[in-house]
Amino acid sequence: MLFAEITYALTGIGLFALGLRGALLRRSLLGRIIAINVCGAGVFMLFVAIAYRGPGQAPDALPHALVLTGIVVAVSATALALALGRRLRDSDHE
Amino acid sequence: MMAVQLWQLLDLLLAGLTLGLGWAAVSGPDLRRSVVFFIAFGLLVAVVWARLRAPDLALAEAAIGAGLSGALLLSALRDEPDAETSDDVRGGPVAALVSLAGLALAAAFAWVMIHTLGAADPVRLADQITAQLPNSGVGNPVTAVLLNFRAYDTLLELAVLLAAVLGILALGPARTPYRAAGPLLDGLIRWLVPLLILTAGYLLWAGAHAPGGAFQAGAMLAAAAVMLRLGGHTIAGLPRPPMQRILLTAGIAAFVLVGVITTGLGLAFLQYPGGWSGGLILLIEAAATLAIATTLALAYIGGRPAGWVSEGSADTTTKIGGRD
Amino acid sequence: MSDLIGILFVLSGIAFFAAGSIGVLRLPDLHSRLHALTKADNLGLGLLCAGLAIIDGGALNAVKLFLVWVLVLAASATAAHLIAQQALRQADK
Repeated sequence: MLFAEITYALTGIGLFALGLRGALLRRSLLGRIIAINVCGAGVFMLFVAIAYRGPGQAPDALPHALVLTGIVVAVSATALALALGRRLRDSDHE
Repeated sequence: MMAVQLWQLLDLLLAGLTLGLGWAAVSGPDLRRSVVFFIAFGLLVAVVWARLRAPDLALAEAAIGAGLSGALLLSALRDEPDAETSDDVRGGPVAALVSLAGLALAAAFAWVMIHTLGAADPVRLADQITAQLPNSGVGNPVTAVLLNFRAYDTLLELAVLLAAVLGILALGPARTPYRAAGPLLDGLIRWLVPLLILTAGYLLWAGAHAPGGAFQAGAMLAAAAVMLRLGGHTIAGLPRPPMQRILLTAGIAAFVLVGVITTGLGLAFLQYPGGWSGGLILLIEAAATLAIATTLALAYIGGRPAGWVSEGSADTTTKIGGRD
Repeated sequence: MSDLIGILFVLSGIAFFAAGSIGVLRLPDLHSRLHALTKADNLGLGLLCAGLAIIDGGALNAVKLFLVWVLVLAASATAAHLIAQQALRQADK
């Protein structure tokens, strides 16, 4: 495995663990959503690191397509979670 | 040799910075600081994508992962009355246990990854993609995978986006609008919105042979909508609600229409007939761009814009909220 | 030779970025920090773009990099204006 592949894959795993810890320990919804997004970024980094083939060769396009899909789905899930949180807060303040 | 070591130093620096920004985004009691660190984290991840030779992903991450996510979080932060001290990380023995478990999980993942991927040469689909790329109708391999080889996955992804925006629309009316912009911001918006629309059209066209495509183009249009809303145009450049409904479903409709036609011609669902691949992909991508832009714009608005529900209908969902 | 000039431009751009960041960390209040941030970073970006254009050598990419600089200039100036305006509004309350 290439040095870049190992470095970024390990970084991705580390980000996933950081995000997971934050998602479990933060008290507010917004903090948890940020932590889950960091989790997602870690998973994406693992995918893209595996797809990397070095400076001479073109990278593997299939994980890139999967991560592109993942980025867009992550932001729409974040938006839905924020709308749910706003609804909960409004009904709490009723 | 020297160049290799410089690249390794760059990789270590980028990786360390990313971990540091990720840590800063998920810790600390101040929520505003977390959001800002998260935006910077997103931009740094875009730089990492560029380093790993993934320019499509770098464009999408900068526009959607950092830009749009950051805008969403900031607009949600507006509703938090006590953002400075509201978010303490739980302390005590539970926190220590969770941290330890997280560390153990990370170590286990790392061990599994190094042993499975560093081992014998696994079978990879990359060679098949490269071999079939000339037959796919486009020159960009990521576009070929998204719109041709795995088109069904993209169709389902557009359905997931539609489900998310339907949930957002069902949950309540739009967020509080912003006041009208002063002359400086207004001037900037007047220049940027046409430029963003032009760039979106270019990215859509260039996605066939260069980094770009429907998702990046849709994100540009959504950025224009966010700018308009921040400048006081409450409707954010969207058309009236009946047209919004059509735009939201345009991507899925284009996919299904093409699929039904190809099935009627005797081919498999979404198996493009020979020679037509490039044109069909562009058609589907154009519809998907509009759908993604409308979806993300409505996601930023945060609820039903004015005029969505017809006058006179009993809006029962506002009973809980009490104010509408 | 042109590569060397380009690298010199890029390095001086980085120096300006560093100066701007040190200014943000060390200056006492919001307005002086805004001043350091926008002025130093804009000039740093301009030098960076100029250096990259020289290293790359193509005319089309040089125009694109210039456009990048102009857009960042406009956006950061507007953002600094809005931040300063909001800070004044809050100070008057």
